[in-house]
Amino acid sequence: MTALLELQDVNKDYRVGGFLDRSTLHAVKHVSFTLDAEKPEIFTVVGESGSGKTTTARMILGNEVPTSGTLRFMGKDIAQIRTRQERLEFMARVQPIFQNPFEAFNPLTTLDYYLFSTAKRFLGLKDKVAVDAATDKALQHVGLSLAEVRGRYSHELSGGQLQRIAVARALIPGPKLIVADEPVSMVDASLRMSIVNLFRELRDTLGVSIIYITHDLSTAYYISDRVIIMHKGDVVEAGRAEEVLGNPSHEYSRALRSAVLPPDPVVASAIIREKLRAV
Amino acid sequence: MLAAVENKSASVEAKPVLRVEGLKAYYQMNYFGVRREVRAVDDVSLTIKRNEIYGIAGESSSGKSSLIKTIAGAITPPLRVVEGSVKFDFGGKELDVYAQRPAMKAARWKHLSYVMQGSMNVLNPVRKVKHAFHDFAFKHMGLSEGEFRARVESHLQRIGLDPRVLESYPHQLSGGMRQRLTIGLATVCEPEFIIADEPTTALDVLVQQDVLALIKGVQQRMGSSIIFVTHDMTVHAAIADRIGIVYAGRLVEEGPTLDVFQRPQHPYTAHLIASLPRIGDTRKRVALGGKPPNLADPPSGCRFHPRCPLAVDKCKSENPALLPRNSGRVACWRAGEVEAA
Ligand SMILES: Nc1ncnc2c1ncn2[C@@H]1O[C@H](COP(=O)(O)OP(=O)(O)OP(=O)(O)O)[C@@H](O)[C@H]1O
Ligand SMILES: Nc1ncnc2c1ncn2[C@@H]1O[C@H](COP(=O)(O)OP(=O)(O)O)[C@@H](O)[C@H]1O
Ligand code: SF4
Ligand SMILES: [Mg+2]
Ligand SMILES: [Mg+2]
Repeated sequence: MTALLELQDVNKDYRVGGFLDRSTLHAVKHVSFTLDAEKPEIFTVVGESGSGKTTTARMILGNEVPTSGTLRFMGKDIAQIRTRQERLEFMARVQPIFQNPFEAFNPLTTLDYYLFSTAKRFLGLKDKVAVDAATDKALQHVGLSLAEVRGRYSHELSGGQLQRIAVARALIPGPKLIVADEPVSMVDASLRMSIVNLFRELRDTLGVSIIYITHDLSTAYYISDRVIIMHKGDVVEAGRAEEVLGNPSHEYSRALRSAVLPPDPVVASAIIREKLRAV
Repeated sequence: MLAAVENKSASVEAKPVLRVEGLKAYYQMNYFGVRREVRAVDDVSLTIKRNEIYGIAGESSSGKSSLIKTIAGAITPPLRVVEGSVKFDFGGKELDVYAQRPAMKAARWKHLSYVMQGSMNVLNPVRKVKHAFHDFAFKHMGLSEGEFRARVESHLQRIGLDPRVLESYPHQLSGGMRQRLTIGLATVCEPEFIIADEPTTALDVLVQQDVLALIKGVQQRMGSSIIFVTHDMTVHAAIADRIGIVYAGRLVEEGPTLDVFQRPQHPYTAHLIASLPRIGDTRKRVALGGKPPNLADPPSGCRFHPRCPLAVDKCKSENPALLPRNSGRVACWRAGEVEAA
């Protein structure tokens, strides 16, 4: 097998605190996994907030350097990417989608600017018609069109619309890997389904692998091929989605699973009342 | 004597705290001479009782945030109220939000608080948390610095936060703690009415339950009313007494939570309930066909007709009114004909 992405014993520490109470925070500990280049898959990272998911994603994207361990993309150490050209090639192949679309776009810049500049930068397009066409095509993938987006600012769109634009932007360069950090936490159930269905389609038709970071266990169960569960920087469970999510063995994964509220008013409200009584 | 007391409380119960009537709020813009109007809130009427938690559900860009922003009196151009009214009843005194702007300003934090979407960002990253409390609440509470600090600390303790968080910077706290803080900010003045936009959306499941219990607990203790927005139906299931379903800027169905889940009357609601993912179920779910409507140019008649499996000719030309039905209200020519999923 040729590895698309390979993490070997990756660690990330942060120094936190002031001069007197300085200490080390182990945000990510001994994380290892490999994605196969020939078998595109949806690889899901689940964990509560602060468990190290975003830090892991940032290292994969080359935005953060590991304290120890290596990350390789198509055989190449991500930390060794130096030249502008190498960086550009890497970024075209590995695209991010972030959690909070309100933060991903600068409020003073029109949204089409992000899409156009991605098309120009990664596809080398110069001709306006070609740029428009590439942008429109990506937007159509997510149920929008350039006509609807042109000239508009982020505050003029709803949270869900922005997130679809973020997915469209990531699709423009034709990536091999998409690192999606909680991409659906801001969108409604129906759109959530259409975004994860879209991931599935990207995997099956375009052969894109997806690292899907989420705390939404129901969509994780629904689309993942493999899952890892992180807890305080450690991977506490890893395996096929049905095994890990359907029948979790680690105590923490079980807690996570049983914390999912069912979409049933009788059961869900009883759970909350019980919680309330407990405090 | 007892009966008289009960009677009195019953009449208090019956009087709505919030009355929204025929509310229309549009984003009115001018792009290089081209007028564009987004009808984000289009003829919404609803009432909310004391002690009630009312949840607003609907797909992305249906106008949920616009609606509660308008109710909160927190709109800025290009969003404008075109028609209708929003009236609160605070301790027997009526407050008409768009007729009495100055009174509204004064009421804002004392009687009413509004937690915006993405509000975890209200915490300024370069300032300690205590400053946020000071900025938001100090001048509304009429307390000395010392009393204020003591009040904030005891409030934080009650909602499960160590008062030492006041001395931290936001990035030192977890997402769950930041969300607790936001709720702490919204409730420190013990308002009678709380308006919250997606209060638990960015939280992981473990924290989410705590925050929901926190919201419910604060509401019960203070006897306040809450109107909140989320697209997450499980959150509605967990804490809402009643739910209103918004589609393309209009309220299309409303009713007690259990009834809406078990016997949805509107085809859109039925779809929403049926599409909920459940653990242990990987059947491929069909997303709703077609596109979400464009509110700058909404479909004629019933706005759901291009996507509705039950649509008939009449639906294309005539808009169904929101009418009482069973325990709630519904706007559909074929109300009740949907099979509950
Ligand atoms: N400042 C603005 N200027 C122009 N149009 C706007 C503005 N803010 C929102 N809109 C438009 O109003 C409509 C309703 O948006 P709103 O934010 O109320 O949706 P929402 O239901 O809260 O969606 P989400 O669940 O995605 O947050 C959308 O079409 C949006 O693009
Ligand atoms: N730049 C940073 N400086 C200091 N601590 C950080 C930084 N980024 C993340 N952390 C800490 O590392 C831990 C893991 O965070 P993160 O990867 O964001 O978790 P997740 O995405 O799973 O919520 C948290 O305790 C967080 O506060
Ligand atoms: S009025 Fe007609 S189109 Fe609208 S929801 Fe009812 S059946 Fe469907
Ligand atoms: Mg994160
Ligand atoms: Mg919103």
